[in-house]
Amino acid sequence: MKVNGSFVALEEEQSLYDYLTLRNFDLTKIAVECNGNIVPKAEYKNVILKEEDTLEIVRFVGGG
Amino acid sequence: MKIIINGKEQETTYQTAFQVRESIGNPEDIVILNGFQINQDSPLAENDILSIIRKGVMPDEEELESMMMARHTPYVHQRVKKGKVAIAGLGGLGSNIAVMLARIGVGHLFLVDFDIVEPSNLNRQSYYVRHLGMPKTAALKEQLEEINPFITIETRDAKISEENVKELFEGYDVICEAFDKPDAKAMLVNTALEQLPGCKIVSGSGMAGFDSSNLIQTRRPMKQLYVCGDLENEARIGSGLMAPRVQICAGHQANMILRLLLGQEEV
Repeated sequence: MKVNGSFVALEEEQSLYDYLTLRNFDLTKIAVECNGNIVPKAEYKNVILKEEDTLEIVRFVGGG
Repeated sequence: MKIIINGKEQETTYQTAFQVRESIGNPEDIVILNGFQINQDSPLAENDILSIIRKGVMPDEEELESMMMARHTPYVHQRVKKGKVAIAGLGGLGSNIAVMLARIGVGHLFLVDFDIVEPSNLNRQSYYVRHLGMPKTAALKEQLEEINPFITIETRDAKISEENVKELFEGYDVICEAFDKPDAKAMLVNTALEQLPGCKIVSGSGMAGFDSSNLIQTRRPMKQLYVCGDLENEARIGSGLMAPRVQICAGHQANMILRLLLGQEEV
């Protein structure tokens, strides 16, 4: 699977929610696009990741 | 030959810029030809845009706008004047971005914030001591009207949430995300990408402290989303926010917005 431009190995069938929480992403501070489409927060548990998927994860930090 | 002099199209028989100055002004008047202030005479060509500006004299309102935009690249002003940009959050990013967009003549600005100006804002935000206690929307609108009276400024004192993003921002060319809190940034970006498919979002992330200026960049991680900043340096205990890096980031956002209004989608 491609994540933010780099290829990563997908060890097991995993939901987007599991992928993100296992890597300690704070779900309230990110936006995720899968294959060019924004994934609504409510869909994270329903999206099952596949090897051919391309993810873009944007993490926001505070300050402005 | 047809040229534009101080905003008005006219037929001229003069062959050079300085001949026009001689005919309507004084030798010390500023001459700006197609966006560049010239000190040596230059020949004129069809459709040239020429401004002759007398220093220290208030032009009439009709001429003022064209003189204000005389340093723009030709025909940029007509395009940005049609632009509609919404700015969500009027802090260090939003207030400075609004000032820049007003200076370049973006025709319609929509300013949204729920907060009032307080003393800790003055180290980086575009407000003055006299604004303390005022709603940020009103304090910023007052400045923008003094900078450029020829643009439309709309304001809303409101807290932005998932419930009102669509109602507030539908119909705008660009939404500028200029919040302070990371969860608010993510909320606006997610909601706008889901609910306003045609809209471009220009966001800021990572501009605290006094790390190198050169770490701040403009990126396009998604088709409709641009993110400016270093992506790392967050405001936290021990790492403050200050005018220089906040304004560098604001400059990145404002220039990306300008590029989008001019049809340039690459960063």
